[in-house]
Amino acid sequence: MAGYILRRLVQSALILVGISFVTFVLLYVLPADPVRQIAGRSATAETVENIRRQLGLDQPFVVQYGRYLAALLQGDMGRSYLQKTEVTELILSRLPATLQLMSAGIVAELVLGLSMGVAAALMRGRAGDQLLMMASFVTVSAPQFVVSLLLLYVFAVKLGWFPIGGYGTAAHLVLPAVTLGILGSGWYSRMMRSSMIEVLRADYIRTARAKGLSGLRVVLGHALPNAILPVVAMIGIDIGIFMGGIVVVESVFGWPGIGQLAWQAIQRVDIPIIMGVTLVSALAIVIGNLLADLVAPLIDPRIRLR
Amino acid sequence: MADLSLAAPPPRPRSALRRLMERRLALFGLLLIVLVVGAAVLAPWLAPYPPQEQLFDGLTLEGAPLPPDGRFVMGTDLLGRDLFSRMLYGAQTSLIIGVVANGMALLIGTLVGLTAGLFRGWIGSALMRFTDLMMAFPALLLAICLAAIFKPSLWIVALVIALVNWVQTARVIYTETTSLAERDFIAAERTLGAGTGRILFHHILPHLVPTIIVWGTLGISTTVLLEATLSFLGVGVQPPTPSWGNIIFENQTYFQAAPWLVFIPGAAIILLALAFNLVGDALRDVLDPTQRGRD
Repeated sequence: MAGYILRRLVQSALILVGISFVTFVLLYVLPADPVRQIAGRSATAETVENIRRQLGLDQPFVVQYGRYLAALLQGDMGRSYLQKTEVTELILSRLPATLQLMSAGIVAELVLGLSMGVAAALMRGRAGDQLLMMASFVTVSAPQFVVSLLLLYVFAVKLGWFPIGGYGTAAHLVLPAVTLGILGSGWYSRMMRSSMIEVLRADYIRTARAKGLSGLRVVLGHALPNAILPVVAMIGIDIGIFMGGIVVVESVFGWPGIGQLAWQAIQRVDIPIIMGVTLVSALAIVIGNLLADLVAPLIDPRIRLR
Repeated sequence: MADLSLAAPPPRPRSALRRLMERRLALFGLLLIVLVVGAAVLAPWLAPYPPQEQLFDGLTLEGAPLPPDGRFVMGTDLLGRDLFSRMLYGAQTSLIIGVVANGMALLIGTLVGLTAGLFRGWIGSALMRFTDLMMAFPALLLAICLAAIFKPSLWIVALVIALVNWVQTARVIYTETTSLAERDFIAAERTLGAGTGRILFHHILPHLVPTIIVWGTLGISTTVLLEATLSFLGVGVQPPTPSWGNIIFENQTYFQAAPWLVFIPGAAIILLALAFNLVGDALRDVLDPTQRGRD
């Protein structure tokens, strides 16, 4: 186990180095002239030259990348082209709001997905099952901006149950969290359904039934806890879907997190900020996958054998 | 020697097609796809107005867009253009990007997966480590970065989507190729003197065709959604070229008063993505023997 953990840690570290290389290329190599963008349109040739030297962009490629990596390790993701603020500072100030929204989104996703999956497994083969599986197809086919706008229109504009965007109270949190949850719920309901069906076939369920336990007690007491574990172990893996989703959801609902920060940066082509958010997201994904891989053998000892 | 006929995939296209036809959901998906393709191809003849034209009577006297009625079946947009005409031309955009971007992604993914699966030395591991690396990026954010760096046009958007969407295909193809390459009949062929080229084209590729078809179909759905989202964020297809995503982008500020401008294109995006998901899922059941009989 210790060897496995160590190997996964090294792998994750290598992936992070690779990610930093890709973001470096996107930031400093691909854009036509990043210095011009940083200096602004009206800068004199002298200013441009100064900035170029300051950023070390007159140095060879390898030296540039080394510097970029060293800065990253110290938490320095560069400066915004337009606001001249540190990207790290901007992201840190926005991170709590995003974490709050993501946690609520994961709760929404699990509640929706798991209950749909359990219901479908119990109604297996009947119309209700087919309806729920059709619904799971629709949820993975619906872009989040359409879902956001639909929920806003129905529950905020027409019914007035929730505020039209903004941040602060629990009521502000509901619609964006449900939007984030709907997309993932489709995958969870399918996984939960097949996991549940598999468990319901197991011998110990038959034994429990034979001993005269009621249907509900078998489902809630015996089948559910066993079926739910392998599904919950997947939570770390779908962080990627969430990180993409927050850009759309936060911009539609005016949620002041890093997704909205990225969206505002997109409008002004402020590449360092977009890159910063991408970098933080990739970091979250790597950590999420690592956690999922470390937790899975604890939950299901059979995985350790592989 | 030419006939190690066990190695050839069983002749199943006809029965697969029939089994596909027996699925009502898949048929529904196919019908939707045919409708959208029809709308896109026939757009120049079906569209009642030019999609770019700001119609003189397309706005109310106060300058508000017109709701759907007998004259404008889907209403008009904020600039007084006919929404139905823009939707028809938007179908062209979605399908062009869906087919081109997904085709490129499928090609890159298949090449990477095949190469890594066949040459398992340092080439293979380098390719797969790079694939792992790309998987750690959220596709949407990476696409946004790329689209922000390059000036987005229809073809750039397709390229950007292809550059972030090949990863899944590469992984699946790699897994299948490695498991195929270890099978006895491949070893037998090798012993009998077959070169890598022969093994690739006669024994590996034919077995990968079902996987490529399934991922190709499911991938169009992902592509359509990604294009719509990029266009909605303003880094996808640029107005005035209509795309279902940028119609929503252009009109969302007014969506409380003119919900049709958001929900008609929104429904179109969902239905098209759903259609490819339904067909792709049915194809997976029908073409993949390991999935058969599962529920």
